[in-house]
Amino acid sequence: MNIVEALRLAVNGLVANRLRSALTMLGILIGVGAVILLVAVGNGASAAVQAQIQALGSNLLIVFPSSARTGGVQGGFGSQQTLTFQDVQALNNQSAAPDVVAAIPISNSRGQVVFANQNWNTSVNGTTQAFPQVRNYTVGQGAFFTAEDVTAGRKVAVIGPTVAQNLFVNGEDPLGQSIKINRQLFRVIGVFDSKGAAAFGGNQDDLITVPITAAWAYLSGGRNKNVASIYVEAGSNTTAAKNEVTQVLLDQHKISDPAQADFSVNSQQDIAATASQATGILTILLGAIAAISLVVGGIGIMNIMLVTVTERTREIGIRKAIGARRRDILLQFLIESMFLSGLGGLLGILVGAGGAALLPKLVSALPTPVVSVPSVLLAFGVSVGIGLFFGIYPANRAAALNPIEALRYE
Amino acid sequence: MIVLEGVTKVYRMGSVEVHALRGINLQIAAGEFVAIMGSSGSGKTTLMNLIGCLDQPSSGRYLLDGIDVAELNDNQLAAIRNLKIGFVFQSFNLIPRSSALHNVEMPLIYAGSGDGRRERSLDALQAVGLADRARHQPTELSGGQQQRVAIARALVTDPAVLLADEPTGNLDSESSLEIMKLFAELHQQGRTIVLITHEPDIARFASRVVRVKDGLVQSDTLQAAYAQ
Repeated sequence: MNIVEALRLAVNGLVANRLRSALTMLGILIGVGAVILLVAVGNGASAAVQAQIQALGSNLLIVFPSSARTGGVQGGFGSQQTLTFQDVQALNNQSAAPDVVAAIPISNSRGQVVFANQNWNTSVNGTTQAFPQVRNYTVGQGAFFTAEDVTAGRKVAVIGPTVAQNLFVNGEDPLGQSIKINRQLFRVIGVFDSKGAAAFGGNQDDLITVPITAAWAYLSGGRNKNVASIYVEAGSNTTAAKNEVTQVLLDQHKISDPAQADFSVNSQQDIAATASQATGILTILLGAIAAISLVVGGIGIMNIMLVTVTERTREIGIRKAIGARRRDILLQFLIESMFLSGLGGLLGILVGAGGAALLPKLVSALPTPVVSVPSVLLAFGVSVGIGLFFGIYPANRAAALNPIEALRYE
Repeated sequence: MIVLEGVTKVYRMGSVEVHALRGINLQIAAGEFVAIMGSSGSGKTTLMNLIGCLDQPSSGRYLLDGIDVAELNDNQLAAIRNLKIGFVFQSFNLIPRSSALHNVEMPLIYAGSGDGRRERSLDALQAVGLADRARHQPTELSGGQQQRVAIARALVTDPAVLLADEPTGNLDSESSLEIMKLFAELHQQGRTIVLITHEPDIARFASRVVRVKDGLVQSDTLQAAYAQ
């Protein structure tokens, strides 16, 4: 008996019990659909995070202060301000760090912003003129402040679109307006274009940038000239840039042993790797939960196949009497169970992919699910495999039946 | 054609040994129409299972068409059943939810012969006078018609012997007569037929009657086959 005949027999057997076949298939359908949908949600979250990290700026390195050692005592993260404006200047020295395109300091704090009777609390960033280039911002209205503004410590501000919307509620032109940041008057000279939501929450449009010198002088009360972090735009060779940044800062801080560094240099890849690790775990978790329902579906197939074999004992006896060999019977029932699970798997793929397309419309907060081809192939393969695995026992039982007893079965 | 030499069959039911056959000697030549008669418990069903290669003897030899069946394995037995033996059962035993044609095709499917399968199956149905019922399901056929489909299925592989176990047991007298006439016709065409029955009325269609009792051949008589 060839495969085509076996397939025909299997389909006949399944069509004869339509409702039962459909319900059994439903188990696998839900399992496969759930795997595909949940893995797509996980992938979607992963892709969204990666996209936001990309949006931080290409070839970005971020230098944070880290534990400093003072007199043999190791302080915790951020226990000391170890980065200085001199560090930034050293990094912008082309001969010491040829792979660094630009480095900017960030000195950020929360600030209360007032215009007329409107209030807004936002992130106020003291920085230098290279900020838009390094952080991938574009200024839509007006212009960013210049190097001269930074040197002179002018009280000018470039605001994000969210800030503009919340302060200028009556549609005033923000340019040239004076706003109060922590009770200090600053003049708005530019508004950023929208960049959208940031990685791990937060809104990249909700910020104000001012010259770092003005921030030191007016916003932190002139008490310290802190640099919370340094953003570095690297050239095409990020690894070389990272090494150069590390070396320059070690020299600046007079530290000979890199293990003792009081700062850390993080590339975008580092951040992306950490993030994808987290979202990868999420995807695996979701997939594992869905896989359980697939196994339950497989047990459902085994259950139904056992019932079918018992019900059709007499038929098996007839087939053996007219010349069916063991493997003919085995093949018939195996193909039947694999057909059930395979078809259920195919429908499950449709349901899963359809659900992934529909889900964002129902739950808008969710990142768009991404249906990956490997997950589809895997889910289909696994569903057919489940049919094979859970079909072997019932099929073997059918094939091993004694024809005389099977014929006598009522 | 069929040679049984000192065939015994012992079943074990729990701790009790049941001697179903105690040494059967029987020869059936090609073209014979033999009725095997006996009351229930006489061993005639066991004998039929052995002749039909559904079972193997405990001792003794069984030669079917010159082949010693005792030496065959499961797959070879299946092939013998497929090609050399045509079964007709008391309860018809058609595959439910399959058309008459598909039922008749079944032995050819297991034989792996694809060529002319449909034609051969239709010919077999034609031979039993049911060519116009080829597409009908078993439930759409009368008992007599179902049994004729079963006979067509038994004939389709052109077997050495047609083995019928109480073929009229589930039929009314009119259909019974019809079926027996069909067997008589097949006999006239040269088929070898072994018929198991306990009804003398049915046995009189055969050309030879073998009576079995307590696992032994009690009598073996030739008779004039019933002429229509």
